[in-house]
Amino acid sequence: MAEFRLPPNSRVRKGKHIAARDGAKNTRRFAVYRYDPDQADNPRIDTYDVDMDSCGPMVLDALIKIKNEMDPTLTFRRSCREGICGSCAMNIDGGNTLACTRAVDASSGEVRIYPLPHMPVVKDLVPDLSNFYAQYASIKPWLQASTPPPAEHERLQSKSEQEKIDEPAACILCACCSTSCPSYWWNSDRYLGPAALLAAYRWLVDSRDEARDERLDALDDSFRLYRCHTIMNCTQTCPKGLNPAKAIAATKKMLVERRP
Amino acid sequence: MTVSILHRMTGVAMSVGLVVLAWWLGSLSLGGDQYDTFVGLMSSLPGRLLLLGWSFAFFLHLANGIRHLAWDLGHGFERQQADASAWLVLLLAVVCTAVFWYLL
Repeated sequence: MAEFRLPPNSRVRKGKHIAARDGAKNTRRFAVYRYDPDQADNPRIDTYDVDMDSCGPMVLDALIKIKNEMDPTLTFRRSCREGICGSCAMNIDGGNTLACTRAVDASSGEVRIYPLPHMPVVKDLVPDLSNFYAQYASIKPWLQASTPPPAEHERLQSKSEQEKIDEPAACILCACCSTSCPSYWWNSDRYLGPAALLAAYRWLVDSRDEARDERLDALDDSFRLYRCHTIMNCTQTCPKGLNPAKAIAATKKMLVERRP
Repeated sequence: MTVSILHRMTGVAMSVGLVVLAWWLGSLSLGGDQYDTFVGLMSSLPGRLLLLGWSFAFFLHLANGIRHLAWDLGHGFERQQADASAWLVLLLAVVCTAVFWYLL
């Protein structure tokens, strides 16, 4: 059900402020969501003035600088720092994106950083993605074929067949799309969300896959697929420029077209 | 996102408006006095503002409904197209409301 107010113990309070080192001329303020499960306190917003003259250009650079030089307790996920692993997905200035591909200069003034919306928070900017990954597993993201592969070579595809899966296969499962979706906020227990549905589509249009009907059967459900109301947040927010909304619409069309 | 939530809000607003529509029809069948009361209330400034709001809700919901039909057929899913159609829906709703009240 829709929740319009956070429970009392989740309401965000004002936290501490850490100033830049003396003599820093070019500073930028970062307002960062902090939550420590080991303390009974409410979440808080800590502010950091970062010296941008000794900092890289991306939001992730600033977060790493804060952790290294200003506040080692700050917790966030990061790995590749080039938009290919999807670890540093977070809500920056109200939009879900990857901290590593988001320029600090894209913000005017203060940079506001929160964890991905409407997810259980493990600590600071780290959301619990267990349900998200379980939903991905539930669409069986692997090739299903009952016919044996050719003896001489792999299961080959034509160029046009490959191009069909090119874009949906580029998803890095960062969860920006699913956690931007109001339908997913209210019904993530039963609605698969755009990321899992894009992955499902990727296998539906794979010329080598032979479980199309079973896959469509599994999706044909008022919640799992049809909680998508074409709100379009997923496509608007995807940091890889993919289009989950279009894939979901195409899946709905497949279900209509196979009706007897 | 904005037009999506406006679509829901205008839908709810029109459901409430349906009660007023029923009241209007009811007052018609109950005779002149009842009808005069209704027309009097709705001709007042707050009444007119409500009617203006309902007409805008109707046109926005209608325009966005057509946008959803296009989506259901698989058209208009690129980012720029979706942005453009959102603005078009808002523009159409304002223009239709203005023309409607001008012609009234």
